[in-house]
Amino acid sequence: MEMVKRPLPAGFQKVSGDDNTEEYFINMGPQHPATHGVLRLVLRLDGETVRECVPHLGYIHRGIEKQAESETYLQYVHLTDRMDYLTSHMNNHSVCMAIEKAVGIGVPDRAEYIRVMVLELNRISSHLMMFGCFGGDLGAQTALLYGFKEREVITDIFDELCGARLTMNYFRPGGVANDIPDTFIARVKKVIVDVERTLEEFDRLITGNVIIQERSRGIGILTREDAIAYGCTGCVLRASGVPYDLRKDDPYSIYDRLDFDVPTKQNGDSFDRYVIHIDEIRQSIRILQQCIEQIPEGPYRSKEKPSYRLPAGSYYAATETAKGIFGTYVVAEKGDKPWRIHSRSPNFANLSPIGKMVKGHMIADVVTVITTLDILIPDIDR
Amino acid sequence: MAKVIQRRSLTLLERSYLWEIIKGMGTTFKHLFRNFKNPEKMQLMSYPEVEVQTPQNYRGSHRLMKRPDGEPRCVACYMCSTACPARCITIEAEPSSDPRIEKKPRKFEIDWLVCVFCGLCEEACPVDAIRMDTRKVAISHYTRKEFIADMPRLLNWDPKDFPANDAQSQKAPGGKQNQQAKQIWGLEVKHS
Repeated sequence: MEMVKRPLPAGFQKVSGDDNTEEYFINMGPQHPATHGVLRLVLRLDGETVRECVPHLGYIHRGIEKQAESETYLQYVHLTDRMDYLTSHMNNHSVCMAIEKAVGIGVPDRAEYIRVMVLELNRISSHLMMFGCFGGDLGAQTALLYGFKEREVITDIFDELCGARLTMNYFRPGGVANDIPDTFIARVKKVIVDVERTLEEFDRLITGNVIIQERSRGIGILTREDAIAYGCTGCVLRASGVPYDLRKDDPYSIYDRLDFDVPTKQNGDSFDRYVIHIDEIRQSIRILQQCIEQIPEGPYRSKEKPSYRLPAGSYYAATETAKGIFGTYVVAEKGDKPWRIHSRSPNFANLSPIGKMVKGHMIADVVTVITTLDILIPDIDR
Repeated sequence: MAKVIQRRSLTLLERSYLWEIIKGMGTTFKHLFRNFKNPEKMQLMSYPEVEVQTPQNYRGSHRLMKRPDGEPRCVACYMCSTACPARCITIEAEPSSDPRIEKKPRKFEIDWLVCVFCGLCEEACPVDAIRMDTRKVAISHYTRKEFIADMPRLLNWDPKDFPANDAQSQKAPGGKQNQQAKQIWGLEVKHS
């Protein structure tokens, strides 16, 4: 029978392969549970070995950036909740910082401490989610449940703090929406004790587990040069040996007053990317402990009335979210609406080297790489 | 500053798999017995039977506040519909019969299918007329039309569901009108 020559799918390169093996294409996603959302990976396979991998995006594109042009600046803040919904406070912070920079309003000290505490709680909850998904994707359903169980306590704190569990909309230009409730500090203290105790357990259960180690060590290696070239940030970059953290290198808010380390690893494989997350939770706990001691009394929102009409010009503010650097670039013109808002999403840059990382590995390792990259598709498509 | 952690190789015991499995099962069973010992600490809920207890400031479906005479407190200033990013609030104004107040709403509708529950309307209101503290989060109806809440539905709430120590959540501003409010609601209203 004569072979039918089909054209290659979009994005693939022609290779002069050997005729004895049959290469075939497979769509991983968009409805694959291990792709963390509607991500479609087109894989060129040789048996079970991945020869090439091309991610296709756009399945959850909602036009948030376009919609922002018809909304006022204050209304835009809540839209960023819908981008990376695991780090919604951090996205809000980035937008608020850009507006504060443009209008020139200050943030009271107490508001800064509240912000940092909320941000670090959010970071812990996002990393716990990553921990759970990492275990779940590799077949350890126990980890999935334990991660979510710890995360639930933090979500309950947010619930009481800002009246929502996922789409927080808590930060405002010049402070936060409302003061912390009386129970907040006590509950954070309890979370610190809980998480410190359970992290040891997680380490015993997952990090030390030999099956997990053998499935993740040496899988999906991202070299230092590649990580920088692709613009990776956050845990992915730090796992490849670059100690770059915006909280240290370009301190915003009150991070320069706080004492914490930037955990860095050298190998850049999946195991390192996972362990970085666990180390970062420990650092976040250190930050939380310092904030609890130092938090001052005072107003939670700036008394200056923000006009929310930005002077014409362009403004950029970036924050280190749990995934990487989230930047907001605002081009303002006369009026209360932006001319254009662009978001620099960390997940897009972190996903881009996936073709290079999974080449030559088994198809099951693609799942390991995706889950340790800790990507979230709504942030990529926006 | 940068913390570099060296990687250790697996020991022989770890390579044998068996010891690791025992260790892992130990952790799992510890959790199991802990849950058996005090099941009330388990984060489980038989959802439709047991209702989720959300805190008082949870952003749920809206309600309109009333004056002591039962009229809506809203002065139809369009602040909430302007602040709304989803544009789900429709207001039509008419002159108020009270000489001290200029306008009152003839029509006040919120489309809960469009609403994103961001809480900006609550924040924008200058007279504290709209609130989102009903704690009703599971809104379910059969037709799309039923999701559009009109004024009688937004005004239909029971003061007994809200904290009595918050005088504002029960009635309009205090003073001698408290007496009126007590008669209308049939309960004691505390005010500071």
